[in-house]
Amino acid sequence: MGSGEARRRGAGASAVLLRPIATLVVLLAVFAAAQAGAAEPDLPKLTGRVTDAAGLLSAEARGGIEARLKAHEDKTTDQVVVATVPTLQGLTVEDYANRLFRAWGLGDKAKNNGALLLVAPAERKVRIEVGYGLEGALTDALTKVIITTAIIPKFKAGDFAGGIGAGIDAMLAVLDRDADAWQRRATVREDSADPGQVVIWLIVILVLVFVVWRMSGGSGRGRVGRGGGFIVVPGAGGGWSGGFSDGGGFGGGFSGGGGSSGGGGASGDW
Amino acid sequence: MSASAMSGPRLRPSFLGRVLTALAAMLVAGCLSGCGAINRVPTLEEQAKSSWSEVQNQYQRRADLIPNLVETVKGYAKQEQETLTRVVEARAKATSVTIDASTITDPEKFRQYQDAQNQLSGALGRLLSTVEAYPDLKSNQNFLALQSQLEGTENRITVARRDYIGAVRAYNTEVRTIPGRWIAAVFYPDAKPMETFTATPESERPPSVKF
Repeated sequence: MGSGEARRRGAGASAVLLRPIATLVVLLAVFAAAQAGAAEPDLPKLTGRVTDAAGLLSAEARGGIEARLKAHEDKTTDQVVVATVPTLQGLTVEDYANRLFRAWGLGDKAKNNGALLLVAPAERKVRIEVGYGLEGALTDALTKVIITTAIIPKFKAGDFAGGIGAGIDAMLAVLDRDADAWQRRATVREDSADPGQVVIWLIVILVLVFVVWRMSGGSGRGRVGRGGGFIVVPGAGGGWSGGFSDGGGFGGGFSGGGGSSGGGGASGDW
Repeated sequence: MSASAMSGPRLRPSFLGRVLTALAAMLVAGCLSGCGAINRVPTLEEQAKSSWSEVQNQYQRRADLIPNLVETVKGYAKQEQETLTRVVEARAKATSVTIDASTITDPEKFRQYQDAQNQLSGALGRLLSTVEAYPDLKSNQNFLALQSQLEGTENRITVARRDYIGAVRAYNTEVRTIPGRWIAAVFYPDAKPMETFTATPESERPPSVKF
């Protein structure tokens, strides 16, 4: 009798042990499935300042637009990019543009100074998506005006290269006008931020040195030098990583800097 | 003699137990710090809260645009008084229902907020569709600018809502699944699952995504 009961109790104990493990496995499986389900639509790769996946532009038209975009970026660090796509994959042009903008990470991570001109010829939709940092310059109303006055008339006539070129010219003109004021603001901000930052880092370093000194032998033997292996580099976080090869012209290593957009800009159709 | 015989078996389990305890503690500590699990609950909570304030900002921005829009439309379309009144009332109601980041765990309040905003979306949509009948208004510069701002704001609302839904999903999954659930129970007893938006026909067109 007793041994039978013990065996049953043993079986109960192993069941008690097994149940949380089984729950964990099921939860993990569900979580993995949920993550897999939330996949992004199939977005084109960022191949250069003009990513012409729909094949609307001739080589020289593309080169001309890219040169203007590069000149602007060199001057202001604003990252303006053109994309044409063969399909929006059933998404609205607003949704698609925002996902593409974020996937490419246009603009600097800290400044979010990117802008995207998206053209979807199959759906006859065009959108200017503006990063957070440029919303003050390229406002919704202004981008709408650019689309309706500069881009749409040319697109209606079937002149995609002309429409994209005119749209880019208008956008860069707005950003250029804004650039002076913007740079002034940026320098003022940097000047006022720097001394405070330096002081904070100095305090941090002093505290670290003190802690390390106390830990490595305390007051008596003072072997300060060996203990502190810390190298703290002060400076603004999030470096500009929108690198591109100067010689390569288009393509070669062009990438976004990690900027984001909250849906600013405007759309239009023709 | 008898003392040593007694102390042998008594020492061994206590020693083993201590080793096991130490190992378990190391395992738990390593696991917690290794995956950064212990900080995940508050980190995700803060992310969800900041996404929420972005949602609220954009709804507020929409509410701020409406008085101007109503004034502009009034000048051209006096016979649309009823539609205009409905927009003004819906706006008043929507701005009176507010939720701050600390109460997004309250399902009832959240539902009220969402209902009020949806009602305003509906009233605005009706107003903008009546505009079609007034060509003068449609070509008015002020109206065009307002319309594009309103469109931009609606789009920002969509993006902010999407971000919020994503942030809340990550946070709720963390608080409801196993390591996070235990951590929340022990370290963050205040952490509750947050409310999220339910899709409505007029505010969220379901994207037909093909994979």
